[in-house]
Amino acid sequence: MAMQSTVETAVTLRARDGFVERWAKRLALLRESPTAMVGLGIILFWVAVAILAPVITVYPPNANDYAALANTKPSAAHWLGTDHTGRDIWSRLAYGARTVLTVAPIATAGAVALGIILGLAAGYYRGWTDVIITRVCDIILSFPVIILYMIILATVGASALNIILVVTGVKAPYIARIVRGCCMDIREREYVAAARMRGESGQFIMLMEILPNARGPIIVEACLRMGYTTITIGVLGFLGIGLPPPDPDWGGMVKDTYGMMSVWPHMSLIPCAAISSLVIGFNLLAVGLREIGLRD
Amino acid sequence: MTLPMTSTPILQFDSARISYFIRAGEANVIPDLSFSIAPNEALGLVGESGCGKSTVALAVMQYLGRAGRVTGGRILFEGKDLAQATEQELRQIRGRRIAMVYQDPMSSLNPVMQVGRQLMEVPMIHDGVGEEVARARALAMLREVKLPDPEQVMQRYPHQLSGGQQQRIVIAMALIAQPALLIMDEPTTGLDVTVEAAVLDLVRELRTKHRSAILFISHNLGTVAHICDRIGVMYGGELVEEGPIRSVFANPSHPYTRGLLDCLPTLGRDKHGSKLKPIQGQVGSPLKRPPGCQFANRCAYVEIGRCTTAPIPSLEVTTDTDHVVKCVRWAELPPRSREAGEGAAPQMVGKIESAVRVEHLRMYYKRTHGLFNTGGQIVRAVNDVELVADRGRTLAIVGESGCGKSTLAKVLAGLETATDGDVTLSGQSVGHTAIEDRKPDLKRKLQMVFQNPDSTLNPSHTVGYAIGRALKRLKGVGGAAARAETERLLEIVKLPAAFADHRPHQLSGGQKQRVAIARALAGDAEVLVADEPVSALDVSVQASIINLLNELQTERDATLVFISHNLAVVRYLADRVAVMYLGKVVEYGPVDAVFKPPFHPYTEALLSAVPQPDPDASHARIVLEGSPPSPTAELPGCVFASRCPRKVGEICDTTPPPEHALAGGHRIACHIPVADLVRLNAVG
Repeated sequence: MAMQSTVETAVTLRARDGFVERWAKRLALLRESPTAMVGLGIILFWVAVAILAPVITVYPPNANDYAALANTKPSAAHWLGTDHTGRDIWSRLAYGARTVLTVAPIATAGAVALGIILGLAAGYYRGWTDVIITRVCDIILSFPVIILYMIILATVGASALNIILVVTGVKAPYIARIVRGCCMDIREREYVAAARMRGESGQFIMLMEILPNARGPIIVEACLRMGYTTITIGVLGFLGIGLPPPDPDWGGMVKDTYGMMSVWPHMSLIPCAAISSLVIGFNLLAVGLREIGLRD
Repeated sequence: MTLPMTSTPILQFDSARISYFIRAGEANVIPDLSFSIAPNEALGLVGESGCGKSTVALAVMQYLGRAGRVTGGRILFEGKDLAQATEQELRQIRGRRIAMVYQDPMSSLNPVMQVGRQLMEVPMIHDGVGEEVARARALAMLREVKLPDPEQVMQRYPHQLSGGQQQRIVIAMALIAQPALLIMDEPTTGLDVTVEAAVLDLVRELRTKHRSAILFISHNLGTVAHICDRIGVMYGGELVEEGPIRSVFANPSHPYTRGLLDCLPTLGRDKHGSKLKPIQGQVGSPLKRPPGCQFANRCAYVEIGRCTTAPIPSLEVTTDTDHVVKCVRWAELPPRSREAGEGAAPQMVGKIESAVRVEHLRMYYKRTHGLFNTGGQIVRAVNDVELVADRGRTLAIVGESGCGKSTLAKVLAGLETATDGDVTLSGQSVGHTAIEDRKPDLKRKLQMVFQNPDSTLNPSHTVGYAIGRALKRLKGVGGAAARAETERLLEIVKLPAAFADHRPHQLSGGQKQRVAIARALAGDAEVLVADEPVSALDVSVQASIINLLNELQTERDATLVFISHNLAVVRYLADRVAVMYLGKVVEYGPVDAVFKPPFHPYTEALLSAVPQPDPDASHARIVLEGSPPSPTAELPGCVFASRCPRKVGEICDTTPPPEHALAGGHRIACHIPVADLVRLNAVG
């Protein structure tokens, strides 16, 4: 009997875990997937670089060191070399990481938020709401996105805010599609019927009963979208409709120097590698999260 | 234990130890298991879920997966150690020498391949015969499993067959290779009673013909009793009792075996006679096994010390047969009694008031196709149903899948609305009002308990949240008062108050269903609509939920509308019964009248199909041919005519049957006059 009550207490204690402990436990689960850990490692590396940029760089990102132009290749003075105007590539990468790691998460968060609203509405109300939302999403998904970005950004002008808004609008349909699928499945569960039986509103059911149970696929998809958004921002920079110069932007760095690829390949390949590594980081994290999700 | 050493056993477990290696450590599911199956013998393994039955089957097939391993002992097939077999040899054995039939036939059939080809593949691959020979053998096998028009069935794809037909195909696929051992893992659990009866009859017949040894796994003692020669009762990965089927059923010697038999509602028991006797507690975790008897913490006869310190040896119950039991106290157990105290529900007296009335209710929906919703066919899910649920009593609605019983429940609950006719709740019309539009008072009055314990509670929220929200919405109780009220409700359903902080994944199936009942009672519901609330639960847990529903009804004078496919449960719990077939009520009346002749021919067939946990029960089954007509078909006559074994003639197909009104409000819709039904039932 004494043993039983100890067990009971242990179970109760576990059940009373607070919010922080639950998330700590979920993060601990990440350790089971090496893939996710590698991905997270890459992402955290760039986050650290972005935060510590002033500390770990010697030169300001926009300073031209004309003395270095004699030899732009990586050296003791400039670890990753300089570009054709004598700007330190390491400095520009570090400060450029700040741009990417603020614009991409905000834009992705916007896309996830909008996608969740659209997906829940389409999956829950169905009927005409569903038809209109899915058709509009299909149109956006079937449009060549680069042209869409060029048209919109050429009209409203390239600024951080505009890029965020455009990316939000263009990426939201991907999230909406996933959320709609989950929602249509979950709305048939008995606990949703039970919520209807006690008279909950549609909004309450969507946000409190359905959404929490769709979080797994949404988190995985958000990670993937972060990677793609990183590419998008790079592409926009490359096309010259990214953030206005001279502030460092990885895509812009490639654009400025790709003509000199045959002479000084490091000038464009290094920022390319930076973009790729960050994208791979997000993708590995997404794959790892999915693995962990499937195992439970 | 002495084995009859006349020949090598087909299958022999020799002190096998099997574990799964999971996140939390080693789960030793089977600690030390020994048994054997002789040629041509059928052994039944029974027990609750989580006691290791399926692991035994998977271990024989060497299909334990990445996490599972045989960590000790040997598993011998025809004298050969399966652990020593190469992948090549295993492939030779699986399918050809050992065949397996699973619970879900669709998981064994390839959905994009005609069933004929799938059948022919077996002899073509294993025996290397040509297409013509394989075809002939497949056809012969289809005839043996009694599928009508085998030539035609060969051309079909799995989805074009009904569940019973699919399971017959799977059995045909298993037997076509003439295996030495046939493993059947809950082969009839997903099927309707009448289909189950037909499949079991088939297995029994084929057994004598094909002389395969059978390992038959089931949680249902009724099915095992009719198929097997010997039975093994498993608990905690051990065979706690094993012996010839008649000896075990006549003289169950382990408290667990007795518990399994005693918790079953049978056709002879009702709630006025005796309470059901559930097995207390739940199956223990294989992560931490007690040193002594695995069943000790749930056993009513446990003796601390003798039962709980050392492993329990197998003791012989009788000397002439090999009936053995793992219980040190088996000889001291008191004589067996099925009853747990006096009747659970007093006989009702006084004025009968109706709580819910269902009047000429119809619920049709359109089955739509394609982008523009064209070509819609009308499905008559509920077709002109008239019923009354009396206050403080139980109305049971019974029928096989697709008969419209769940749709009827949804209309009552307001999750669907009626096409025609009406439902009145306390005199107010609700049949055409969706739950969202019902007045708060009506919402509160009628609440629902759902079927699936795994989806009835939101996995993201605690038990306290589920009940608390219901209190807030239905009664307007919030804050500290809600907490106290939640704990009171948990107490009513016999759960500790601490469960309020638990999440659904920490609860067992039975506990989840208790929480669901507490949630439904939050607004002091007067009518509970329960849609198959116990069908997903183990028999031992089922009994305690049924007892709980009974108590609640007696204490609160609540009306229960109980939807079920299980006739024994209905017999036990109901005051009034409606038997549904294809959207129509074919028989309706007080429970005693419905379960006694005269019967509607469909009720008669249903009753005869219920598997009895008694090996000597008569097998006089009425087998229903074919499958029910499509719910979209327009049937001018009796809905049951196409399968009725007592069909009178053309009149059954053309004219709707008259409703005979008998004493006590008993109604039978049939063309056969009542006097003839009485006579037929007496003879049959």
